[in-house]
Amino acid sequence: MPVYRDEGVVLRTMPLGEADRIVTLFTRRNGRVRAVAKGIRRTSSRFGARLEPAMYVDLQLHQGRSSLDTVTQAVLLAPYGAVLAGDYGRHTAAAVMLETSERLTSEEREPALRLFLLLVGGLRTLASGEHPSGLVLDAFLLRALAVSGYGMALDDCVHCGEPGPHPSVSVAAGGIVCPRCRPRGAASASLAAVGLLADLLHGDWAGAEATDARTRRESAGLVAAYLQWHLERGLRALPHLERA
Amino acid sequence: MYEGVVQDLIDELGMLPGIGPKSAQRIAFHILAADPADVRRLAKTLIEVKEKVQFCRICFNVAQAELCRICSDPRRDTTVICVVEESKDVVAVERTREFRGRYHVLGGAINPIGGVGPDDLHIRELIARLADGSVTELILATDPNTEGEVTASYLARQIAPMGLTVSRLASGLPMGGDLEWADEVTLGRAFEGRRTVSP
Ligand SMILES: [Zn+2]
Ligand SMILES: [Zn+2]
Repeated sequence: MPVYRDEGVVLRTMPLGEADRIVTLFTRRNGRVRAVAKGIRRTSSRFGARLEPAMYVDLQLHQGRSSLDTVTQAVLLAPYGAVLAGDYGRHTAAAVMLETSERLTSEEREPALRLFLLLVGGLRTLASGEHPSGLVLDAFLLRALAVSGYGMALDDCVHCGEPGPHPSVSVAAGGIVCPRCRPRGAASASLAAVGLLADLLHGDWAGAEATDARTRRESAGLVAAYLQWHLERGLRALPHLERA
Repeated sequence: MYEGVVQDLIDELGMLPGIGPKSAQRIAFHILAADPADVRRLAKTLIEVKEKVQFCRICFNVAQAELCRICSDPRRDTTVICVVEESKDVVAVERTREFRGRYHVLGGAINPIGGVGPDDLHIRELIARLADGSVTELILATDPNTEGEVTASYLARQIAPMGLTVSRLASGLPMGGDLEWADEVTLGRAFEGRRTVSP
């Protein structure tokens, strides 16, 4: 397939030569793909702002002999990146989503449809501003990890299945643990924070938004610890995340 | 792989931005074939640029002295500051002859995925420059792409409580490009048509 069509979200760009960029895309059918956008840094470029990070586009790509494809056409589906660039806090949340998506798609050209749909949905929700950005991010991270095989057990004890909620989380074991199974190194957590994580994972926004700032901070810390445990290297965008 | 010093040269050149292994090899063999006097001049300039050029104490533009040419020029308007990402953008704006104020060079743009946050740029120094109230207008001339927009919106938010006019280059600059590629006429028009931003 020398020329193919797909839709995708721009994860990241980097300059190439004088006026080109390498664009890392997360596509619906072809997974993560890297492609060259020729002449894109010139102000006369026909691509305009469509291939900036977090833009959702319909693409035509040319598959080359190397691992790099070439973008031949890009039609805008939704300008999430442009909307989020005007709000620093939400932009940093989107950056964490994009970097997480890149890290969870470890192999190029391996489709990951559920993760792709989560990313598009997450960016859309973030751009709409209908829910607090910190909660949108944490919901995305919990679900992204879950569809990638690292789901956090939040309802029952991860070891024995004793119905919860339990006020202890073991990042290494993969979720909440009951008092009997609680391993060394498990973190104490408030029941409210564990409840919030479950609401975010299951999409109960009414429950999630009824929480206070302290509970949100605590659950965000647990999500960050869980995320870092499953990604070998730390995320570069995470230290820059600004929570409202 | 080539022997010893030839490979060293290829490796060194390959670390420069925008130069891949093939270009590095091409430049290395160009240098090998070049006139010794030309190569000596290039080497001398490389050393001189590191020894003689510094960054302006006020605006972080490249300078041959403690202050750059613009900050030490008494005819420049000290009430307006144009904020740019790099020194090359100062050159681009100067070419338009539209701007008579001073500059502030941030040293890049905010890019969380690239690991660049506000603290990695000369933003604190910019806020300090604004503290005495003598500057009344700030023009945000960061690149018309996502990184530049994010940087501009961050700055607009930080500066809002200080009560000065903050504007952003607008008309004619298409989004997605780099400022250095804008021609003088387009960039000049963007300066004239700058719009006030409110965060
Ligand atoms: Zn148990
Ligand atoms: Zn200066």
